[in-house]
Amino acid sequence: MTPTEVFMQQVIYGLSNGMIIALVALGYTMVYGIVELINFAHGDLFMLGGFFALTIVGALGAAGVLDIAHMGDHSNWLLLFGLVIAAGVFCGGLNVAIDRVVYKPMRKSPKLTQLVAAIGVSFIIVNLGLFWGGAPMEVFGGGNAAAASKDFPEILEGSNLLGEDSNIVLRLEDLAIFIVTIPLMIALTIFVKKTRLGRGMRATAQNPVAAKLMGIDTDRVISATFLIGGFLGGAASVMWSLYNNTISFQMGFRAGMDAFTAAVLGGIGSMPGAMLGGVLIGLIRAMSDQYIETRWTNVVVFGVLILILVFRPSGLLGLKQREKV
Amino acid sequence: MLQFARLTTVLGSLAIAATAFAADSIKIISSLPRTGSANAQTTSMVNGIKMAIAEVGTINGATILYEDWDDASAQRGNWDPAVEAANADKAIADKSILAYIGTYNSGASKISMPKLNAAGLVMVSPANTAPNLTKPGFGEPNEPAVYRPSGKISYFRVVPTDDVQGAVAADFAKETGAKKVFVLNDREVYGKGVAGVFEKHAKEIGLEVVGTDGIDAKASNYKSVVTKIKQAGADLVYFGGTTQTNAGQLAKDIVTVGLKARLIVPDGCYEQAFIEAAGAKALEGRAFITFGGKEPKALTGKGKDFYENYKKAYGGEPEGYAVYGYESAKVVLTAMQNIAKAGGKLTRESVLAEVAKTKNFSGALGTWSFDANGDTTNRTMSVNTVKDGKFETVKVVE
Repeated sequence: MTPTEVFMQQVIYGLSNGMIIALVALGYTMVYGIVELINFAHGDLFMLGGFFALTIVGALGAAGVLDIAHMGDHSNWLLLFGLVIAAGVFCGGLNVAIDRVVYKPMRKSPKLTQLVAAIGVSFIIVNLGLFWGGAPMEVFGGGNAAAASKDFPEILEGSNLLGEDSNIVLRLEDLAIFIVTIPLMIALTIFVKKTRLGRGMRATAQNPVAAKLMGIDTDRVISATFLIGGFLGGAASVMWSLYNNTISFQMGFRAGMDAFTAAVLGGIGSMPGAMLGGVLIGLIRAMSDQYIETRWTNVVVFGVLILILVFRPSGLLGLKQREKV
Repeated sequence: MLQFARLTTVLGSLAIAATAFAADSIKIISSLPRTGSANAQTTSMVNGIKMAIAEVGTINGATILYEDWDDASAQRGNWDPAVEAANADKAIADKSILAYIGTYNSGASKISMPKLNAAGLVMVSPANTAPNLTKPGFGEPNEPAVYRPSGKISYFRVVPTDDVQGAVAADFAKETGAKKVFVLNDREVYGKGVAGVFEKHAKEIGLEVVGTDGIDAKASNYKSVVTKIKQAGADLVYFGGTTQTNAGQLAKDIVTVGLKARLIVPDGCYEQAFIEAAGAKALEGRAFITFGGKEPKALTGKGKDFYENYKKAYGGEPEGYAVYGYESAKVVLTAMQNIAKAGGKLTRESVLAEVAKTKNFSGALGTWSFDANGDTTNRTMSVNTVKDGKFETVKVVE
């Protein structure tokens, strides 16, 4: 491989990994923007999305609709989009439910109380995932080892789009990440900029009390935020599973940490910031793996984060300084 | 902190008082990762231990109690230093415990070894392979003395160490025609150790090591790392790590990135969970797994009896390490029987002394002894591959 080819390849991997991080980061940043809560359970919610998708795939396989052993032989776009929507709705719904049951009664409590509650929810979800991993299904290894990583079947055909002789590998799954994430981000931006509910969100983010006085149903706005954030997390989990072909009950922690870092890097509360932060972290990781050493990658990522926060305390695209945690 | 120390002293004396009533039973415990993907492997090992106990029955009329302890936590899905430390403390406090079987991961033993050594409790590991736990010159200058605060040897193992395993892997790499190798490790005691031995031996036998690195076991994928390996022109990748430190994902990414190289991994991946995590497709014909022994069905003599009895008792194939669980329990129980036969009293001290004397032990792994470091003299190694979703031995090195 020539140095240029290596660089191009790392850009592809960095961008694809980064786009997934960005989708998860949006869920953090949106919730923070509206209720100023760092929803530590978001990464784990993302993990449950992966388990939900694998359960659907397993059920379809058991029903004879899918031939799981030969799924990588041809592309099943319908299944992919179906899973994105199903896991999105599942995670979105769950996120709203968690908000109603756990966060809403604490809305007026100190922020720290809510933060600790979020950590508690995160533990509950991780253990739920551990339990789910023991589901007696073929795709979960028959339920024998609940905590084991699960092999996620290939949904898209895996050959190199640039030809088998090309040094650079570009597979459908790399493209699929962009095909799914970019429209989602555009739709989200339009929604927040143009629709009535989106305007309500921005107003609530600026000043919840004033928004309420102006007749905005802030409870509805908050629910919608949790729904959309959760939906993006669920969609991200399907893309993650498609891309890595492995899911585990622990994947939420690392994904959540990367996404949270991305959200902070871009400026927490800022949606374009979360997208930028995610992509940047993906790229930094890839470049550090290639040009430094992978054992230093985490050091590099957090080093960059600290540097940026020293010079721009509210992140790259963060507008105003907010206190809290 | 002071209060905590006082509390533990109280608890400790309570435990001593409690054991006074249990004089007619002998207790052994095992500390293995029961939560996490090693579960299938360790369940198989626990079954082996139970078989050994059932075969021995009673010693001097005393029943043998056995407790199966977990040294993993759900948060890590892998062995946890805090849990292993707590297990060691708990075992030391319970005076009826005469032997500690464990651990599975070499890193975990680093934590419990000095504690158990100071307490004079014999520890037999069925699965630790890191050489620096027992042999000088492989790790830090203060190893292994740092694990033996009492100055005596109280840690033994029935499995050949990685100085053998890493070398066998390098020799095999050369046999497959590899010229340029890239060596990865998982940055744990075991993985880093075996990868280091592989690297050293590979250089000695004329293989070119084009790069080394330590991967992040929790990363979502290794596509970027594999790209770097591809650029380095490696035709073989060695990964010192386990299923729990993401060997499966690495195997998958080697395929996705289109790296045409073979993969060799050590015995930490010799379990069905590795095939499940990586998917058989990513492994067949390109991945090789070294293991300090023969595959269960190839065992001979008492080992063959073990294999047959295991299948009868548990209705399935044992995992690779089941026989080592059996053997480590058997060697401890045999020592206890010898003491009883000679009319001695069963104490931690006498059991430790007797286990250390083990010479020409005729067990399921053949006839072997413990050497001066506490290591087995057994040096059988096998190289395995994956075929039709199952392990298959390609080579046995005696």
